[in-house]
Amino acid sequence: MKRFHSWIIAFVLLLSIPTWGQQDWIRTGTGLGVEKVRLAVPDFKASTQDPKNSDLLKVFNDTLWNDLDNAGIFDMVSKSFYPLEVPGTAADVKFEAWSSPPPNASMLAFGNLGISGANATVQGWLYDVKNVTSPQVLGKQYQDAATSDAVRTIAHKFADEIIFRLGGGIQGIAESKIFFVSGRSGHKEIWAMDYDGANQRELTHLGSISLSPRISPEGSRLAFSSLTKTGWEILMYSLDLDRVVTFPKFGGTNLSPAWSADGTKLAFSSSRSGDSEIYVMDSSGANLKRITSFKGPDVSPVWNRKTGAQIAWVSGRSGLPQIYTMEADGTNVQRLTDEGYAVSPAWSPNGQFLVFSWIRHYGPGAPGAQDIYIMDIVSKQWVQLTHDGGRNDFPSWSPDGRHIIFQSSRAGGDQIWTMLADGTNQKRLTTAGSNMQPNWSWK
Amino acid sequence: MKQKSLNWIMLVFALSAIMTLGACKKKVAPPPPPPPPPAAAPTASLSASPNTVDKGGATTLTWQTTNATDISIDGIGAVQPNGSQQVTPAESTTYHLTAKGPGGTQEATARVTVNAPAAPPAPTASATEEELFSQTVKDIFFEYDKFDISPDQQAALRGDIDFLKQHANVRFTIEGHCDERGSTEYNLALGDNRANSVKNALVQGGVSADRIKTISYGKEKPFCTQSNEQCWQQNRRGHFVYQK
Repeated sequence: MKRFHSWIIAFVLLLSIPTWGQQDWIRTGTGLGVEKVRLAVPDFKASTQDPKNSDLLKVFNDTLWNDLDNAGIFDMVSKSFYPLEVPGTAADVKFEAWSSPPPNASMLAFGNLGISGANATVQGWLYDVKNVTSPQVLGKQYQDAATSDAVRTIAHKFADEIIFRLGGGIQGIAESKIFFVSGRSGHKEIWAMDYDGANQRELTHLGSISLSPRISPEGSRLAFSSLTKTGWEILMYSLDLDRVVTFPKFGGTNLSPAWSADGTKLAFSSSRSGDSEIYVMDSSGANLKRITSFKGPDVSPVWNRKTGAQIAWVSGRSGLPQIYTMEADGTNVQRLTDEGYAVSPAWSPNGQFLVFSWIRHYGPGAPGAQDIYIMDIVSKQWVQLTHDGGRNDFPSWSPDGRHIIFQSSRAGGDQIWTMLADGTNQKRLTTAGSNMQPNWSWK
Repeated sequence: MKQKSLNWIMLVFALSAIMTLGACKKKVAPPPPPPPPPAAAPTASLSASPNTVDKGGATTLTWQTTNATDISIDGIGAVQPNGSQQVTPAESTTYHLTAKGPGGTQEATARVTVNAPAAPPAPTASATEEELFSQTVKDIFFEYDKFDISPDQQAALRGDIDFLKQHANVRFTIEGHCDERGSTEYNLALGDNRANSVKNALVQGGVSADRIKTISYGKEKPFCTQSNEQCWQQNRRGHFVYQK
């Protein structure tokens, strides 16, 4: 619990340093002021002689290492420092060999995987190797089908257990999902993938243009906007039924749906009155209510995920688009960005920060890079997270608040990238076709 | 007093900024480096042979340029400084070549007339109307991030209103389009505002609202896919589509 607090405090302290806005490359978020746990993760060993063992072991070991490395809270001990003999069971652990240099690990995750018939069994342990008398922090056993999907899921579960124990009691994200738009099948359709880019699959097959997927907080429904015969409408996809389900049509151009944190309401942009405005309705589509009234584009609303009381959105009422906030009934409108071209806000899980896309310097002599920024909504202090060129847009926060996923054109066409919430550890997740507008599941 | 002197400093700063950057026409472009001693102006010629074809027939475009580094033909894209290419225009087309070089820009055009099919059907009222519509009604173009109709588009708008009032049975859709630079969701909302701006102007001019549909395509269906201002301008428009 202590680590959790110091992490948050470090984040907040940094956000309140006044000179901040003028600087670049500022470290925030994960690991700030906190020494990272030095974690050794030797490859799990085979516990049976099944021929499928070696392939599935590789899937398991790669997935587990990636999950723990991605978490951003560990100092992963390089495998080249490991002793020649790595443990497969608790009895094999030689504490001295791990706790003293060169590995100098404080924690050791190890175990074994065995295939027998159609089943895979994994035993995994987490040891505090500097505490010889009672070293065990975790001891887990998992059983599932002997498929690479199932083995990957076991690795995600074990990684999340370790992250939960050592990361200050915050649930890991290894089992979370990403929803996004891909044009790789010839049309822009809604796709889903695991948080690490595995298992990419097409959900909708509408043959039109579908955009802005937004997963419901409990994870069973996906709202998005799609070009139908009668124009842009909000559509609803059921992940339980694996199909688009009936949803009311409103007329005009209906865009960018957003779920309230309790899943009972949706906010979206509609031009049914002849000018695009923000509306709120029940998640069934009933009780439609307009909450903005000002000429110019109003689009991309997002609810405060913590309080549910505020909505941030993008408005062109003063010229170039800027980020605004208001109460969920449309009162108390505040402008957050004061220059440039600011779009695509997304709220942090703790409700304190907005992440958004900003062409901050706009005008003569300013080439106008489009980058991802976060802003503390109370102080309006902001930090730039991307500096690597291209157009960076549509950021979305991970359930644990430690990661941000976004769209970037830095490598050519639009692709989906992740990073830690301090801007470090940027990684590309998609390669096929063009991929846009990622949306991270709420858990 | 302090405020006043600050204003002065700001003004001086702004003026000097304008003077240094005055050469820069568009907001987004960085100021070009000072040109070296006068470069020779580019020359360009473009011809089509034959310049009249029957529908479905091919013709050959031939072009020559000098002193140009960046040559493109609308509808074809970037081309070599000298060359020829066979084209099969679906309708009468004016090909437009732009040759850019250190010494300036030179344009050339060539007109290819496409004759109607050998046995044209007796022109029906609706076919004529659709043809007239596509020949007469002009798209309305917008400035960057704007959805109000600028003064230089008023003539086109008046022409559109005149035609649409004379042909009171014509129903049509106005598509709002944006250039590629903005963000997907914002551009769809902006395109919607553009389509509705054109609709409102037509309605004010006396065209009945129930003949008009609007749709936004944002940046989803660009007319032109190059990343330059000429192309972006082509994509910022309210586009008229005849409805059968």
